[in-house]
Amino acid sequence: MSTTATTYGARDHARAQAGTVVDTMPSIPASTWADPPAGVAPEALTWAETVAGGGYTHKVLARGTRLRLTDVDGDACAHLLLFNAEGPWERLNVADTVKVQWNAYLGESVALLSDQARVLATIVADSGGRHDALCGTSTVDGNTERYGDGSPQGPSPAGLPLFTLAAAKNGLEPRDLPPSLSFFQGVRVQPDGGLEFTGSAGAGRSVDLRIEIPSIVLLANVAHPVDPRPDYTVSKLEVLAWHDRPTTPDSPEWTHTPEAQRAFENTADYLTARGIA
Amino acid sequence: MSTAYESQLEVSFDVPARAPFSTVLQQGQELAIMDLGGNQAVDFLCYDANDTSKRYSAAATIAAQRNIFLTTGSVLRTQEGAPLLTVVADTCGRHDTLGGACSKESNSLRYGQHTRHQHACVENFLIEGAKWGLGKRDLVSNVNWYMNVPVEADGTLGIVDGISAPGLEVRLRAETDVLVLVSNCPQINNPCNGFDPTPVRMIVISPGGGE
Repeated sequence: MSTTATTYGARDHARAQAGTVVDTMPSIPASTWADPPAGVAPEALTWAETVAGGGYTHKVLARGTRLRLTDVDGDACAHLLLFNAEGPWERLNVADTVKVQWNAYLGESVALLSDQARVLATIVADSGGRHDALCGTSTVDGNTERYGDGSPQGPSPAGLPLFTLAAAKNGLEPRDLPPSLSFFQGVRVQPDGGLEFTGSAGAGRSVDLRIEIPSIVLLANVAHPVDPRPDYTVSKLEVLAWHDRPTTPDSPEWTHTPEAQRAFENTADYLTARGIA
Repeated sequence: MSTAYESQLEVSFDVPARAPFSTVLQQGQELAIMDLGGNQAVDFLCYDANDTSKRYSAAATIAAQRNIFLTTGSVLRTQEGAPLLTVVADTCGRHDTLGGACSKESNSLRYGQHTRHQHACVENFLIEGAKWGLGKRDLVSNVNWYMNVPVEADGTLGIVDGISAPGLEVRLRAETDVLVLVSNCPQINNPCNGFDPTPVRMIVISPGGGE
């Protein structure tokens, strides 16, 4: 008879697994993360997790949180969606983000705008430089065609079903999912409008976001939809967040462009009326 | 009316400057959108008429065709990648799907708070979408027929003077039953309409004379 053939044996077996450490998992509490960023006290950490390639995660973050995404091994691709946690019908608007700021590419000081002309988050540091606001995330059918499978339970999960799962766990439905951003695997537009895939900037690159409105953050770490490599290639993504301070009028991001300044003013107007700041 | 379509014509409707429009196309039907005055942006969203949770995705469309511009041969896709409409003819040359719709809110960022009370495309989409049970959560990045949005090498992007002219036309074939929402863009602060919104014509065609 095996040791798990009885309730007592099965219980002991299950409990004996506690404390197992693997390469991709959350640290809970986040303060137990082994290697906090320089200058950040361990107890300030609110999210510390390594997401496997093909995995997803989500968290609600407070205003003033700094969120650092790191491409540990050089083949992560962090697909991101943001929603106002106070009213998730306000959400990331990629079209406004690129149009209002007159730039199709993501980088330092870019504000991630909502459909209500407010700043959900700001990119405050970027050592990657190869990101994408144009192609969104991958689909089950697309991944099935390219890799033979796009399902969440398979070897090459697509981003859309992972976002659908992460959204559902925050009470959101498929129709709440707008086009997303992706970090660490870039695309550039050619003069004829064609897209060139630039790939990754390399291992160890990171992007820091500053959360400006309490936000639901959805992350899927999956191969970019126009990644031309024949194999599903995506490596682990490190996610760290800690208490910091939001953008204020004396921050360089506030006045980075006239459009960003009005977006921060709109945000302050909303937060003041809402009693959040 | 375009005489070329007379035998196949189902509906022809002129959408006034600044106004919304919507219709359902049956699979196989075609919709011609004619720029009557020239240089008029036509903001456009589409949905699977039998399941509006399946809706246009600019990102999926761009990723599938590996190009940001829409023209003949472009397939407008849902976020799951399924084809909704195919561009079967285009006498303009290219169309935008990066810029999305103007809104009272985004106008406050682009031009200043003094534009906050101007009518905008999102208002048209909300009003027209409500007739079909659609709300704000159903609005996503859209197509802008006739709008010219180039991207420079450094990523600089913007709406510039149009390349359209009176009488130019884009024609779409429905790949399934498709609900179409249109905002005949009211924008007066940028060159997408030459600073002067004008009417556009919607022509529904049943090739072969209909069912």
